[in-house]
Amino acid sequence: MATAVTPEAVEKVVYDALPQFGADPSDISREATFEDLDVDSLDLAELSQIIEDEFGVQLKGDDVGQIKTVGDAIDLVVKRAE
Amino acid sequence: MALVTGASKGIGSAIARALAADGWRVAVNYRSDEDGAKATVAAIEEAGGTAAVLAGDVAEGSPDTLFTSAEEALDGPVLALVNNAGVRADNLAIQIEDEDWDRVLDTNLSAAFRLTRRAMRPMLKARYGRIVNVASVVGPRANAGQANYAAAKAGLIGLTKTVSHEVARRGITVNAVAPGFIETDMTKDLLADVVKAIPARRAGQPEEVAAAVRFLASDDAAYVTGTTLFVDGGMSA
Repeated sequence: MATAVTPEAVEKVVYDALPQFGADPSDISREATFEDLDVDSLDLAELSQIIEDEFGVQLKGDDVGQIKTVGDAIDLVVKRAE
Repeated sequence: MALVTGASKGIGSAIARALAADGWRVAVNYRSDEDGAKATVAAIEEAGGTAAVLAGDVAEGSPDTLFTSAEEALDGPVLALVNNAGVRADNLAIQIEDEDWDRVLDTNLSAAFRLTRRAMRPMLKARYGRIVNVASVVGPRANAGQANYAAAKAGLIGLTKTVSHEVARRGITVNAVAPGFIETDMTKDLLADVVKAIPARRAGQPEEVAAAVRFLASDDAAYVTGTTLFVDGGMSA
């Protein structure tokens, strides 16, 4: 069963996932850019898989190309789930 | 677990047996030759290995179905994928029907891409993976009568190189082997005098291609990625 999509639930999954891509936990915030966190395109593709597994929400490559900040990613998942 | 497509006979069967001998549990995929696939599994089990037959046309339907079946049958993620399934529909380019162009490209190239894309999921998670694409000397080299096959196999080498760059930092290697003239059902109708054009003066055996795949799938080949290993008796040198 997929987890219900709420901004809080998505935020938790994203925050929990980012350190495995090398992001420093103390730097993670909604405003932080993936570039600042040293999270690259392959990391984002993997994050998309984690989100899909957890919430059943599919993010396309074009979607992922648009997002700059952690907050953008969370908002996109919530929007796609609507 | 290793998934080998088109593994009921010929090169694919030899690859499945070689990987099993190296300790891989092997999903032996086949499209039509169920008896061949079962015989491959039986040979693996007789040698002390673990394998399961996996029915399905790689060019049809979703790779999810194949992967799910393989994971259920052998209880674990696919960490090695060998895209071996291939078909030929030879003709001079001027006489290749759209249908024969599409069929060869679908099975030999597009299916390999879709399976590769699907395989990235468990491999990225595991930070480990081995993908080996069975290409051909035809593609890098010309072979009149095989424009569709050559385009697919050359495409497979391009796919191999680019994907290898994308995932190298995750411990996933992507390589190709390029067999030359190998004695199989698929080549038995080709003229015996092809052998004269081979520096080694003989056709290769499926086991000789399988040995190359076995190496590329092994830990010994961890630093080998994006390359094409020719197994062709010197034909392309």
